[in-house]
Formats: sequence, C-alpha cells, structure tokens
Amino acid sequence: MSATFAVSRTLLIGRLREQPFRLLATVLAIALGVALSTAVFLINQGALQEFDRAARQLVGDADIVLRGGDAGFDESLFVALATDPAVVAASPMLDLAAQPMDGEDSLPILGLDPLRAGQVQPLLLAGLGDGLLPLLQPDAVALSASAAEQLGLSEGGRLRLRAGSEVIELRVVKVLTEEAYPQPLALMDIASAQWRFDRIGRINRLDLRLRTGIEPERFLAALAARLPVGVTATGPGEEAGRAERVSRAYRVNLNLLAMVALLTGGFLVFSTQSLAVLRRRQSFALLRALGCRRGELKVALLAEGALLGVTGAALGVVLGQALAVMVLVRLGGDLGGGYFATLATRPDPQASSLLPFFLVGTALAMVGAWWPAREAARRAPALALKSGDAEIVLARMGGVRAGLVLAGVAVLLALLPAVGGLPLFGYLAVAALLFAGILLVPALTARVLAVCPVPRRATPAVALAQLRGSAGLSAISLAAIIVSFSLMAAMAIMVHSFRDSFERWLGDVLPADLHARVAATHDTAYWDEADQAAIARLPGVSHVEWRRLAGLRMDALREPVELIARPVGVDGPVTRLPLVAGTLEPTRGSEPVVWISEPVSDLYGWRVGELRELPLADGPWPVRVAGIWRDYGHPAGAIVVSLEDYRLRTGDLAVNQAAFWLEPGVEASEVETGLRGLFAEGAFLQVYRGDDLRQRSLAYFDRAFAVTYALEAVAVAIGLMGVSFALSAQALARRREFGVLRHLGMLRSQVLALLAFEGGIMGLLGAAYGLLLGFLISLVLVYVVNRQAFNWSIDLSLPVGQLLVVALGLVLAAVLTGALSGRRATSVTAVRAVRDDW
Amino acid sequence: MTRPVLRLTGVCRRYHPERPAVLEGIDLELGQGEYVAILGESGVGKSTLLNLVAGLDRPDAGTIEIDGEPLHALDDDAATLLRRRRVGFVFQAFHLLPHLTVLDNVALPLHLLGEPRKSRERAAGDMLEAVGLAGFGPRFPRELSGGEMQRVAIARALVHGPGLLLADEPTGNLDPTIASRVLELLRERIVGQGASGVLITHSRAAAATAQRVMVLDGRSLRPLQIP
Repeated sequence: MSATFAVSRTLLIGRLREQPFRLLATVLAIALGVALSTAVFLINQGALQEFDRAARQLVGDADIVLRGGDAGFDESLFVALATDPAVVAASPMLDLAAQPMDGEDSLPILGLDPLRAGQVQPLLLAGLGDGLLPLLQPDAVALSASAAEQLGLSEGGRLRLRAGSEVIELRVVKVLTEEAYPQPLALMDIASAQWRFDRIGRINRLDLRLRTGIEPERFLAALAARLPVGVTATGPGEEAGRAERVSRAYRVNLNLLAMVALLTGGFLVFSTQSLAVLRRRQSFALLRALGCRRGELKVALLAEGALLGVTGAALGVVLGQALAVMVLVRLGGDLGGGYFATLATRPDPQASSLLPFFLVGTALAMVGAWWPAREAARRAPALALKSGDAEIVLARMGGVRAGLVLAGVAVLLALLPAVGGLPLFGYLAVAALLFAGILLVPALTARVLAVCPVPRRATPAVALAQLRGSAGLSAISLAAIIVSFSLMAAMAIMVHSFRDSFERWLGDVLPADLHARVAATHDTAYWDEADQAAIARLPGVSHVEWRRLAGLRMDALREPVELIARPVGVDGPVTRLPLVAGTLEPTRGSEPVVWISEPVSDLYGWRVGELRELPLADGPWPVRVAGIWRDYGHPAGAIVVSLEDYRLRTGDLAVNQAAFWLEPGVEASEVETGLRGLFAEGAFLQVYRGDDLRQRSLAYFDRAFAVTYALEAVAVAIGLMGVSFALSAQALARRREFGVLRHLGMLRSQVLALLAFEGGIMGLLGAAYGLLLGFLISLVLVYVVNRQAFNWSIDLSLPVGQLLVVALGLVLAAVLTGALSGRRATSVTAVRAVRDDW
Repeated sequence: MTRPVLRLTGVCRRYHPERPAVLEGIDLELGQGEYVAILGESGVGKSTLLNLVAGLDRPDAGTIEIDGEPLHALDDDAATLLRRRRVGFVFQAFHLLPHLTVLDNVALPLHLLGEPRKSRERAAGDMLEAVGLAGFGPRFPRELSGGEMQRVAIARALVHGPGLLLADEPTGNLDPTIASRVLELLRERIVGQGASGVLITHSRAAAATAQRVMVLDGRSLRPLQIP
C-alpha cells in the first residue's frame, strides 16, 4: 500500500508541477458541471418544497379532499358526508380565483367555515387568531402576508375584486403571518363568498378528516360511487404532490440540461485524463521498468482521478449552492418558467440530497481516469517506451461495432412509450445516440481525414498529416465538444421548432384585431347578456367572437381541463382551430361535437369519432369527438365546443372573453376606449391588441427558455475548454516537432498557422459531428421527448442561421485556441529543446 | 580563397551578466566544400555555438555571416528564411516527423521552399536512393531502425542543396558499426554535393572523419593539436 501511495504521490506532484493550470482547469470543469446540476436541483427542490408546504397547509390534517370543476357541486354533498359515521370532521370550501382591481394577476380566494376548517386545519385557527370572529362578517377578508404585500394592503384596508361584471369591496380584517400561508391567498367566510360570487348553495371543495382506524383508500373506493359527475376525491399525499406533477416535464427538462453540463464536464475530464495519461505513458513505462507493479500504477492513476474528482465535486457543490441563491434572486423558483412565480423560494440544501452530486462528479472523474489507467497498466513497458505508441493504444478503442449497436438501441428506445407521463426511454435514446456518436467519432474522423485532399502548401499539408496520424487523439480531444455542441444543437433545434410552431399557433388562435377579457380568471368574472349586447353595439366593430370558459375536473390527479365554448366554423372571421386530426365540419349525429386538444387525447385516451361524456355540474353531457387540435395554451388539456351547443345544454349565457374584428380604418385604441367606457370599472378590463398579445406571448416563451440558453452556453464553454486543453496539451507534447520545423526553415508564424489550421479542422469536425448528432438527437427530442413530456406536437424547424453562427464561432474559437496553444510551444527555448537530448 | 560559406568573428555569448560567458571571441571561417568537426566535452558551449550559427540565438558581440549575409543582424523571419534556403540539419535524435512518410519527411524542405509536388518527390526519391534507402519512401519513421532513420535525416538535410550542413552529434544514438557508416555517408554526401559541413561531436573518432578538427573549450575555438 505504501508503494502505491508513493507512486500516486509522485505522479500527482509531478503533474501538478508540470502543468498546474491545466490541473486546476480540470478541477474547475468538474466543479462547473457539478455546480450547475446542484444549483438546478436545489432551485427545483426549494420551489417544490415551498409549493408543497403551501399545499399541505391548505389541506391540513384532511385525509380526503373532494374537488369539483368551476361550477362546483351542491352543498348537499357536504351535509351527506358530514354525517357519515366514518367522517369525524368535514370542511366545505369555495376555492376560487378573483381579479383584484389593482392587480394584473388573479388572487386565489378560499371561502371556508372557519370553525369547521379549524377541525381539519388547526394551523388556520392559530393563524387567524383574533381575526376569527371578524372574518364571519359578510364583507370581511383575511389576506396572507404575501397577498397583502403584493396588493399594498394592511389591516383595515379595502380589497376591490371583480365579481361577474361588477366590482365588490371587502374589508381586510386580518393579515396572516408569513408562516401561516406562504402563497398569496385571501380567506373569506364561505357564506360571504357564496353570496358575493353568486354561488349560493354551491361549493367546489370539501376536506374530510376520517375517524381513527378508517383507511383513506378504502373510504375513497366506497366514496367513488357516491360522487356526482365532475367531482373527484384524492388523498392528501396526492393533493400535496400537485406542484410536482404540474411542472414535472419542465423540471425534467431543466434537470436534463443540468445533467448535460455534468456529462460534458465528465467527458472533458475523460479526455483530459486520457490525454494526460497518454502523454506520460513513457514515464509510466519507466516506472514499470523500475519495478512499479501493474496494480500499483493503476491504483495510483485511479487515485489521481479520484482526488481531482473529490476536489472538483466538493467545489462544485459549494458553488452550486451559491449559484442557486443567485438565480433565485434574479429569476425565481421556476427559473422563469411561470409555474410558481408568486412563491418566495429559498434553497434548502441537505447534506443527504447533495451527496449524489458530489458522488457523481467524483465517479465521472474516476471513470475518466479508469480507461487510460487500465491501458497504461496493461501496456508492456518496452512498447510504451516507443514513440507512436499512443495511436496504437487508441486504435484499440475500436468503437464502430459498439457505436452501431448503440445507435440501433437508440432507435428502439425512441419507439417505446412514456413511463408515468415521463419520456424516460426518450432520454435513454438521447444518451444512447450520444454515446454511439462518440464511439463512431474515431473511425469517422479517420475516414474524413483520409479523403481530404492534401493541400499544396507545406503548412496545411503538415497539419493534415499530423491530424491523419493522430486521429485517435483528435477523437478524444473532440469528445467533450461533440457532446456539448450536439446537445446544444439538439436543444436549439427543439426550442426553435417549438417557438416556430408556437408562433404559427398564436397566429391561428389570436387572429382578431383586439382581444378582451373580464379578468385573468374566469371563475368569478364574466359579462352577462346585457353587457354582451352593449359591447356588440360598439362603433367600429365588424364582428365579435364570444367565449365562455369553464374548468372540468376529469381526473382527481390532474389539473382541470378547460372547456372552451366558442363559435366554430370554416367561414367568416372566426378564430381558427389548428386541427391535427378530424374535421371542422363533421357529419352531425344526434349528439353535439367537440374538438379536443392533443393533451386530452394523450392523457385521457380520447380519439376522433368516439362518443364521450363531459362532466358538467348538472350531469354528464354526451358529446362526439370531431377533431383533435394543437394547443399550447392549456397543458392540462382543453375541449372546444360550439357556443351555441353549450348554451343550449347549460343555459349559461355568460361569457368571459371577446375577440374583436374591426371595420377598415378603425383604430384599435378607439374600440378599446369605447369598451372601457361601457363599464364603471372599465379601466381594469384586460384589453390587448392582437399583435401585442402575440408579442407578449412570445416574450413569455423566450423568458421561459432563457435558462435553457444559459445552460447550453455553459455546456459549450465547457466543451471548448476541452478542445483548448487538448490542443495545448498536444502542442506542448509536440514541442520538439515544432523545433524541427523551425530548424528546417518554417517561420514561427507558419508554425502558429499550422496549429491554427489543426485547431480549425478539429473545430470543423467537432461542429460537423455536433450538428449531425444534434440533428439526430433533436428528432428524438421533438417527436418523442417533447410529445411524451408535454403531450403536444411541434413541427421540426431548423434554426439554420443560428446553428451556422454558433458552429462558425466554435471553429473560430478552435482556430484561436490552436494558435494560442502554440505560443509557448514555439518559443525560442522550445525550439532549442530539439537538441536538449543529452 | 573564395568567399567563405560561414564566417564567425569575435562571437561572444553570455546568458547571465554575473556569470562567465559561455562563448567568448570565437572566430571561425569555413570555405566552400570544407568539412570541419568541432570537438568538445559536454557543457563547453557546443549547443550555444550551433544555435548561433543556425540563427536561433543572437551573439552578444561579434558577427556571423552565411554566404556573406550578416545572420546576426537579421530578424527572426529573415534568419529563418536564410536557414530554409542555405542550411541543412542532422540531429542526434533524428527528429523525423512521425506522421509523415519517409518520402514526405525528405521532401519537406523542398515543400517549404514551394517546390511543386512532382519535382520535390522526384528529388526526395533520388536522395533516398543516394543514401541507400530506395523503396523506403512510403514507410513511416516508426518502421525504421535507428541507422535508417539517421540516413533519412541526412537525405532531408541535403535534399534542397544547402550550402551549409550542421550535424549535431549525428551518431550519438547509434552503435559504433552503424555510426561509422553514417559518418562515412555524411562526409560523402557533403563533399559529393559541394556543400560545407560542421560536425559537432564529443567523439574523437567521429571528428576524425572531417577534413579539419577544431576544439571548443568554452572560451575559444582552436585547431586540434595532434601529438
């Protein structure tokens, strides 16, 4: 053991003395990969924990939570269940969202019976304290601390909310402590809420606490038969896991990006370690000749990798925590994704949750050291002492067959379905493609270089000969940049395809000149018939398209599906429905028809032509599926039905939104002014010009993907660092070769040009492989991962200009790196080294 | 006597101001077709002298002329171009470029001079034949023995017809039998091409193959006194 330790010490100290900066950079590369992964994890974890904490506090000690759609359900269900012998406490609620007159975002409102709620949410009573009795007054409201802060209200203040098309005013009787409810929320007495929001006799949530000994699962099973249509029941664990489900696909993508950074760092470590070992193979052969055993050498090199890994990973975990705090301050817990924008998130690092990142970073460094360590130990010292041995060793990598097999495996994996709503096999297909690509690089590089015509001039000719003679080394050097660049290209293609499809979709669904809605939420605000008649009479308007929105709860574990009642047709100025299957004018049978969005088709298994039932509050509504349309606006799904059919079925004549087509020459601002003038509180209507709304939507899209771009850039930077290390390592190793060329009359500038040329060729190869591999990976991302994660389709669209610019940047960076790496290697001292042989 | 191919006058080189000069007042004149050996122990400044003659270093004092051109006054690029045209090198460790074939290694100086491919390959092939390696062109250096590699190096040093050949311990890595053959070849080629040569060595046997032997003792360069 002491001999191994001595060998390890000698090797590491030797390397540290020889190239301290490169060793430091290797450690930093690991640290960066680990830091990114750790930071994204901490941000995700912090946001989810905060959201779950908020959800748990709202659920309290409830064993079962019943929820209805927007229309809710009759409170007689509460009476029936409250008297059930298995139920020890029942808390009826009206869970709504209302539009404050002084804010743009809607405010969640919980109408509850404080005394009953206290039985399932003991924390609530404690939180309300002396505000309990005042809350029972009909105009009283209690605000959470964050809501009060957002609205700029304190106790005694007045909260003005839109209800229907009118405005109601409530008195703030209590501002709860920050600990009570972290999210923005308003609490009202349930009777007041029912009265104020026109829901007399109806509730949409019921929390139940079961008698001790009653199993929630059994109770749930028995309860299912007693539930009205559109009402679902869940256990508390499922309720609290909603946040994770809502944002899972988005977060999986972010985590994937963080893993990309880690993986790129891993490949960088692999190539750096491999090149370092190959470069020192003659020293190792000498050590072996001097009596160092194979095992001792292998363990020593593995220990060297482990030490680098431990140092880098530890540094990465610390950096990751700092990065998480920094990002949370700037972007929020959803990294700009818009999922929990209102929650104040803080990272909550636990040693146990950070350990995997530390271990993965260390393991990657050790894997990077393992292969070259094994090769160095296995190689007979006499052979390793000969020059040119490195390529012979590298030729044994022989990955063509394995690469082709992996590529085949990737195709098979891409054909498999999602697992629990997650595209796990899709991700595995991406990984398989990536490794297949890397394994095929040496053979491809050799082939490509072999068919390159020999340049006439000496400098590029010598450079090409060098590259041809060291295809294996070049492939190792390129690994990190190929990994990072291909993933960057794949993500760029996916995001561009998504954005392109999204933009076209916006053109389809927002074709009108002006769009207006009563409020951001459709729970509590609407225009009645009189309002609609007044709006329709506005001068300058040639056509108005009305919409009525309602939430349908179709699955206890999913968010409600949006029911959109609107005119549907092929003629005249109507919002287009971007169909991907079915038709707009089906042969009508006796039942009304609906058009479902892709998520409804994927999540609920509905198909064109099928007869299904919509769970309306007053009973099921049989409808036939006429078509499937593309929708990026409702991740949980949306169902379009003709407004006429909806009104006939429900008798509900209210609407929430309107789209206006204007007469020629009429300014949108004139109509907007007229619209606002119709209502006493018209200034608070949400009115957008069609163009503005499309621009705002695209800006939101870009904000959501800002982190993606940042992480991609970091990954490419790490990859470039890999090329830089490899080029400078090779330049130093070839010092004497350059010295010979200088002796033979090659100018220093020509030697630098030679290195720049080599760097350029490597950059070109890296970019070409990266683009090719990236394109293949993007097919999996676009057609498999995206579809399975988000349940909507996108059309492939290549950002040719963007990719070419990045590729050109990569090649230029490689050229520059090559030339810079040669500066030391072509110094006078280095040139003289040609004759330092004795 | 015709104009000397190489002329050193009062050449001094000192690396550190507080330490003694490595070379001081070195004079040397080498006529066309002349082959001189410079003999010296390790550390007496043989490499320093060669660096100066090759234009890879500048003297602190004195002048160095190659074919009448003041090498000491040229900048790096001009010195390199002069070296490219007028100087050939043979090293102790051969220093063939590992990824070029034998033919390409030999043709490299002509390639740098812009010679068209066909004519440089023909010249390189002829030179390989002249050093006894006809047919070795397509091979790579790793496929050759030490003696063969040094013969390739000699071919490379002479293929572009330089006026001056600098050989730095060319037999240091070879066994005595091969070494004597290489030295014989070197002398034969230098004389045969009408070039001038400087052989740097610490071996008296090797030095004896030259027409004239000088001894470098660190401060001066003087003819070898044969007892």
